[in-house]
Amino acid sequence: MLLDCSGTHRLRAIFLAYYPWGSAVTAVLPRVPLAEGRRRRAPARGLGAAVVLLLAALLGSVLIGGLESSLADVWHALATPDGSVADVAIRELRWPRTLNGLVVGACLGIAGCLTQAHTRNPIADPGLLGIYSGAALAIVTGSLLGGAALEAPGPQAVLAFVGAVAASALVFAVGSASRHGVTTVTLVLAGAAVTALAGGLVSVIVLSNDAALDTLRFWQLGSIAVRGGMIPGVLPFLVVGLLLAALNIGSLNALALGEETAASLGVDVRRSRTVGVAAIAVLAAVAVTLAGPIAFAGLLVPHLARRLVGLDYRWQVPCSAVLGAAVLLLADTAGRVVARPGELPVGVLLAVIGGPFFIHLARRRKLVSL
Amino acid sequence: MSATVTSPRPRLRPRVLRAGQVSFVLRPRVLLVGLLAVAVLLLAVLAHLMFAGRPLSLGDVLRGLATPAGTPPRLTLQVQEFRLPRTVAGALAGACLAVSGALTQNVARNPLATPEILGVTSGASLGAVSVLVLAGGGAGGLSGVAAALGLPLAAAAGAVLFGGTVFLLAFRRSQDLLDSNRMVLVGLGATAVATSLVTWMLTLGDVSNAAQALTWMSGSLNGRDWDAVIPVVAVALPLLLLSAMAGRWLLLGSFDDNTARSLGLPLRVTRPALLLLAVLLAAAGTVLAGPVAFVALVCPLAARHVTGAVVPPLGVTALLGAAFVVVADLVAGFLLPHALPVGVLTTVLGAPVLIALVLRSQRRTS
Repeated sequence: MLLDCSGTHRLRAIFLAYYPWGSAVTAVLPRVPLAEGRRRRAPARGLGAAVVLLLAALLGSVLIGGLESSLADVWHALATPDGSVADVAIRELRWPRTLNGLVVGACLGIAGCLTQAHTRNPIADPGLLGIYSGAALAIVTGSLLGGAALEAPGPQAVLAFVGAVAASALVFAVGSASRHGVTTVTLVLAGAAVTALAGGLVSVIVLSNDAALDTLRFWQLGSIAVRGGMIPGVLPFLVVGLLLAALNIGSLNALALGEETAASLGVDVRRSRTVGVAAIAVLAAVAVTLAGPIAFAGLLVPHLARRLVGLDYRWQVPCSAVLGAAVLLLADTAGRVVARPGELPVGVLLAVIGGPFFIHLARRRKLVSL
Repeated sequence: MSATVTSPRPRLRPRVLRAGQVSFVLRPRVLLVGLLAVAVLLLAVLAHLMFAGRPLSLGDVLRGLATPAGTPPRLTLQVQEFRLPRTVAGALAGACLAVSGALTQNVARNPLATPEILGVTSGASLGAVSVLVLAGGGAGGLSGVAAALGLPLAAAAGAVLFGGTVFLLAFRRSQDLLDSNRMVLVGLGATAVATSLVTWMLTLGDVSNAAQALTWMSGSLNGRDWDAVIPVVAVALPLLLLSAMAGRWLLLGSFDDNTARSLGLPLRVTRPALLLLAVLLAAAGTVLAGPVAFVALVCPLAARHVTGAVVPPLGVTALLGAAFVVVADLVAGFLLPHALPVGVLTTVLGAPVLIALVLRSQRRTS
């Protein structure tokens, strides 16, 4: 995603939906009740299905790997470890990885859902805030200046977090500088500018420095395998992000009707936007810290959630969290199975399976609309 | 597209010439701008030939091109074999991408749409990167055959495969017309697949292969020779001619579906045809120069603005695209202190244009 035209391609795709002529924003709103009204969904049932899927994914992620394990093995390893190979593999490798997938997937799912809600744009993802390119720039700069010392997973995670937070803060500062405060369009524009800037800098650095390129090409694959141990470090941010998201859910349904309608319904639009953007930034920064850029999850998962539970954000956001975790864990497990004895990175598998599925969704429904 | 055409000066207004049964609309401004664009392109090409490398004088360049008796063979070789292919490649790639952009914008009825949305670029990148990584071997880079044939062929195959897939999937049997939202979503899905595979492939080979691939992916004209250029010329010129013929559909096509149909435009034929042309042209341009960003977005817009026409005249668009890429390549590759691929410069120049466009459209609606 990052090396491709410095991300400008995706930005243009996002802009497309903002253009007044034939755009998703202007053309689609009245269609929402029609498209959804034909078949009433039972949101609770959809969320239940997502939870079941997540449980299956959790089990698969713990059980399946380089080493075949049974449920008894897993229980043994977690409850009464005795230092055997299987115990160590499960406790030290697989369990942190599963936990990591759970956290990252949930973060990406919520962040993606909130992004699409606030921008009212079905092709937006958290990358809109410049998070991935900011993190990439930090990683590349670290490799350029700090050399090998900054290329271990630990320092990389710190760099990625700092870069992601700095980029989103910059985007937010620029985007809210106008008279009207934070609006979606100024936010998207600021995101585009920051992404283009960071992407250009990344290009210049990696085109002239092979070591930095070497670092970037592995980091940007995205993987939940190595940084499971860092969850305690980001736990405060995770909690804050989840709290902000929970605070934000209540106003999303009103915001979906447009800013003016929402304001007349008693929503403090500016505050809701600020809280929402902060939640997106923190959650996506946590995800990019723990796993690198797995951008497609943020785009795909909300679409799946909408199919399961419908448009009500009070259901859509939790369902996105559950589904995000499930999808990420399933993709990760599948990546371990299809390429034995090696493994395919989760980001690749997610896009290769999720891409066609996304196309299928786009074709099948009347329109994927917000 | 804005519905009113305002010419600044009455003398330059379009007028209809009639001779018996035959009538013809003469647009003096388009003609004038077209001639100017030809001049600009010629200047750009000459400047590129002069300064792409050790500076040559204008006389030397002309002598190297025309080879009158007594020209040193070294000069002929330098101009005709080393510099001219790169210049031609840049000009042709620019023309193809710009026209492709004009067609895509017309089909999608959205001035921000470009062929990259259709998955063409990422497909081409996937093809090119797989050759660079899988056949590239060690640090030595590509062997002769793979470089001359494999890379362009693979890029073309990837572009046509992904562009064609998006093209087919964006149509639905029940609604025979293209829905541009669906097109964008389908394109995004296809792009995600191709890009993630590219990202993965970059980690497979040696880092020097990755660097090579990265240079290709930013859009570069480095080391183009006639062997690489001539096959694409053979494909691109007929495509450009075809699009010139299809250009008369563009004006009616820019209205909404019902209006266009009631004015007699067979949308079922024209839309797929235009889109297919756009995909193929973008593939040709990308094979030549890699995915040079923003040419397809900016040039049709510029053409529309300078001619004051409702739809960008394709001839002017092509000329502007060619001149843009040639000049950008000259600046990025030779005039800057550190040589960059041409695509990096077009991105840096193009991103502000995109942002300005969105701002303006936003101001207009609010």
